[in-house]
Amino acid sequence: MTQDFFQGYKGESLGVLKKYNVRVWGQAEIFTIRGPFSGTVLPRSENDDDQHIVIKIATGYNIGIDIKTITGMKETGYKKAVYKIPEKEFPVTPGLPRVKLFGTGGTIASRLDYRTGAVIPAFSPGELYGAVPELADICNLDTEKVFAVFSENMGPKQYIALAKAIGKEIENGIDGIVIGHGTDTLHHTGAVLTFMVQNPPVPIVLVGSQRSSDRPSSDAATNLMNAMYTAGHGDIAEVMVCMFGPTSDVYGLLHRGTRVRKMHSSYRSTFRTIGDTPVARVRRGELIHFKKDYKPRRKDKDVKIIPYFNDQVTMLYYYPGIKPDTIDMLVEAGYKGIIIVGTGLGHVNKELYPAIERAHAKGVHMFMTLQTIWGYVHMFVYDTGRDMMAKGIIPCGNMLPEVAWVKLSWILGQTDDPAEVKRMMLTPVNDEITDREPYNGYLVYQGGVPAVEEFIRRVHK
Amino acid sequence: MQRKFDTIKNYQATRETIGYVTRKMATQEDYDRIGFMSGLEVHQQLKTKHKLFCKCPAGIYQNLENYDAEIIRHMRPTLSELGEYDGTALMEFKTRKEIVYHLSNDSACTYDIDDTPPFKLNAEALEIAIKISHLSKLNIVGEVHITRKQYLDGSIPTGFQRTGIIGVEGVIQLPHKKIRLIQLSLEEDSCREVSDIGHRRVYRTDRLGMPLIETVTYPDCVNPYEVMETNNYIRFLNRSTGLVRTGIGAGRQDVNVSCRGGSRVEIKGVAHTKWIPELTHNEAFRQWSLLHIKKLLCVKVQKIADWKIHHIELNGIFKSKNPILKEAFLKKIKVIAVNLNGFKGILSHFTQPGKMFANEIEERLKVIACLERPFMLHSEEFEPVISKDEWAEISDLLSAGPDDAHLVFWGPDDDIKTALETIEERCLMAFDRVPNETRKSFENGTTIFERVLPGADRMYPDTDSSPIPLDNEYIEELRKDIPADIIDRVNQLRKWKIPQDTYTYILSKNHYRLLGRIISELEIDPVFAGTFIGHRLKFVEGHYKSAEAFNCKIVYAMFRFLKQQNLDFELADKMIPVLYEFPKMDFESVLASIGFKRIPKDEILSHLPFLKNKFAETAKSNNATNLINWIMGELREEALGNISLKELAEHIKNNN
Repeated sequence: MTQDFFQGYKGESLGVLKKYNVRVWGQAEIFTIRGPFSGTVLPRSENDDDQHIVIKIATGYNIGIDIKTITGMKETGYKKAVYKIPEKEFPVTPGLPRVKLFGTGGTIASRLDYRTGAVIPAFSPGELYGAVPELADICNLDTEKVFAVFSENMGPKQYIALAKAIGKEIENGIDGIVIGHGTDTLHHTGAVLTFMVQNPPVPIVLVGSQRSSDRPSSDAATNLMNAMYTAGHGDIAEVMVCMFGPTSDVYGLLHRGTRVRKMHSSYRSTFRTIGDTPVARVRRGELIHFKKDYKPRRKDKDVKIIPYFNDQVTMLYYYPGIKPDTIDMLVEAGYKGIIIVGTGLGHVNKELYPAIERAHAKGVHMFMTLQTIWGYVHMFVYDTGRDMMAKGIIPCGNMLPEVAWVKLSWILGQTDDPAEVKRMMLTPVNDEITDREPYNGYLVYQGGVPAVEEFIRRVHK
Repeated sequence: MQRKFDTIKNYQATRETIGYVTRKMATQEDYDRIGFMSGLEVHQQLKTKHKLFCKCPAGIYQNLENYDAEIIRHMRPTLSELGEYDGTALMEFKTRKEIVYHLSNDSACTYDIDDTPPFKLNAEALEIAIKISHLSKLNIVGEVHITRKQYLDGSIPTGFQRTGIIGVEGVIQLPHKKIRLIQLSLEEDSCREVSDIGHRRVYRTDRLGMPLIETVTYPDCVNPYEVMETNNYIRFLNRSTGLVRTGIGAGRQDVNVSCRGGSRVEIKGVAHTKWIPELTHNEAFRQWSLLHIKKLLCVKVQKIADWKIHHIELNGIFKSKNPILKEAFLKKIKVIAVNLNGFKGILSHFTQPGKMFANEIEERLKVIACLERPFMLHSEEFEPVISKDEWAEISDLLSAGPDDAHLVFWGPDDDIKTALETIEERCLMAFDRVPNETRKSFENGTTIFERVLPGADRMYPDTDSSPIPLDNEYIEELRKDIPADIIDRVNQLRKWKIPQDTYTYILSKNHYRLLGRIISELEIDPVFAGTFIGHRLKFVEGHYKSAEAFNCKIVYAMFRFLKQQNLDFELADKMIPVLYEFPKMDFESVLASIGFKRIPKDEILSHLPFLKNKFAETAKSNNATNLINWIMGELREEALGNISLKELAEHIKNNN
């Protein structure tokens, strides 16, 4: 294989580099009509234009040179940079719990790719120990890269692989499992694993970070420590998401995999339990339970791995004036299940009725969830609701739309008998539908209100 | 048996040995002898509507108690692009600080606290930065790359400053030499520190994110006064555009100093230009002292590679009469005695006026181990806090030799390990070099350790922003409306024969344009106009309460009014204090308020014969100068504004 001397350069800028025989990582003098510049030629991001050459100048800054201004170039040296997290062997401490960390990609353990400028996954116990040495005080760590994909590229194949890997680890008698995961679909995976890995004897903790670990203020290290503590020392043998509670760097919250949702595109405290309180709060070395009803850690290995997933399930986000052909097209395309995300208590307009009837007749399973995110579907309150139920749409209680999609996909991977599908959908595995919503399960405070302002000033939110 | 040791004598002797002279006594030969070298990093806030990477308003400040929310962060070091941890990063990590931010909704948003990615770079700020780069004769880049510069002290919630180079390799012309510029960057300003106690540091986020340029010079200055002059020139240059902020904190500078064989040390955030000479002078000599310490230690200690500190815990094995130590023992705070092998006479070695080598250790302990003062005593204090006998006992407990020095410190258990490492690290550096540091400045011209000086290793490309191309046409377009060079302005002031002591005021307040207009458009005598601005206006500014509406245009309008009314310009001296306080008052009212009456020239001159006779009658000696002075005194009030005082004097003389 030939070495790429011009990483990321293309078109005209590549031409200029070749013309003057200057390589990426070469130290270069560049003469331009704007005066001379000198520095190390850096790789260029593939998505950037072909009109500039990037160099790192002596003071450590990067600058771009407009190739139209270049009158000459000379390579005076060459030094290739190797980016490496200092890798040290993860120490084994007798008496500490054994925790397995599964890597799936995402920003929990990552580094920069200087060609694309993007954050790419990087991961090994040694690297993690180099970056977060505190982990060695919490547990004895073993890691395994199951696959490396960005959160948005997770899919059925990955879900099944992950469930099976977890099953194997539990079989091996691990004390706890942590899964490093990108945050965008962290809550989808939380639900998937709840359904696929039933009755686990140990904690299964999903963790990510909202600020990649290449940033000093990253939440990755804290999240990882909290997750490791929960997995190794905690008593909750459920699938949970462990992420920052407040945006402040003070504690993490443990959310049930079926009740959690990413609620802000960039905040650290983006994950919230919906319609209930989180299961517990975790700070390094301390776990405070919020909920009394949880599944405790056990000594046995009686886990049930149910690794099925049907990818012919889709979601339909209702909007006023939606046309029936949106459903017809889905049916025609072969979808076997549709999660409708309806308005208010679970409504769609009348125009859709014929299409719903046609879909039902073709055996498509349809369930109703809510755009309001919080609250229960109540299809008995208005006629429209009763009409729809009569036409085959089944209300999903307070199941979150994404969880309903995950669950129906999982069920349809096992059966397509309508009665069985309905029974399974409405029988909660772990609180995806709850009997009651506590009054503190819905909290979206509004700024400006004096009492709220006072709270924000006093409490690290 | 211990040798008798006199700390003060040792301090004075070492000061003499290294050849320290005070700044007032120092000559260029002294600076050449120690190889004085200095350069600057001049920071200047830009006058923009918004912050650099978000749409928060710029320039809204909150007071200490006025904040809406508080958040907490911790900072961890990360690797740089070239795969290394930066020294500062590791030091800040050791301090284990809890960083607290006070946010005000009026001045900060979720971007400021790193909960939202950056928005597009402020175009207004970019334009100003390019204009100033033109003025600074820099080679302007073809594409601005936003770089992350790590700051783990917490002064920026992200842990890095987003900054981009606009130009490199420029030059500014001082009257007698050229100073080369390394670069100019556009960056976001940092938080203002509220407090830093123990492991908790508090910041306000109002200043955070404001657009700022940093002009960095080569270390071309060879004496403290050149540094100050360079600083003034850069400041004047920035202000000459009228596009930068003024006022407290809007301009700050870091001064880089070294001596021959020394290291680059950055004196951070020098608040006043006039502090620069004393600070740079002392820093160069501090480094010169440290090099002397190195020489002494290398002779005293045979196996430097084996040099280690040795320590014991004093709790339970040592009793002191000293109340501080007694209290520490009582409260069960760990008290550690440390032996510094071969350091006798080194701890009290001169470093800065009133400071010795022991301070170097003490200051690092405060910052890195987060100990709270008082936390340390040592065997060579100017005024011993614990008795000689007690030191002798400590010496025995440490099994110390006659050429050793000792220190005792106390603090929380968790901080002891870091403290011991810090002591050893600083002592080992003494054998080897002047450590690269950033130091905090004080008005008396001394400095203290602030942090390890970061290197180029703390730079990362910002993955949240894409490069911003700068078209050649756009760059050239911006060149069109930049003001004249500062050196050209200075030369013009000289040509006008305006007194030199007015230059700083005229240039720093950016009154040059006003001055030029008064001279060329209103045909006022340049010397009078220059002195009026550089002396009179400056005096008024310092002695009267300013009204917000006051500005240069009012000064111009006042002179235009005087010219139109055919009144003498000297009246301006009396009008300006009134206008300064009441800028909206119309000029006639100003005249009334200072009691001015229009009197025809002839009428004033008609008094001359009478006054002359009067003088002849009453004066003891009929001296011509006395005559002129007396009559001028009598007529001054009514003459002022109606006839130029010079002309009046001529009349008195000629009428003689």
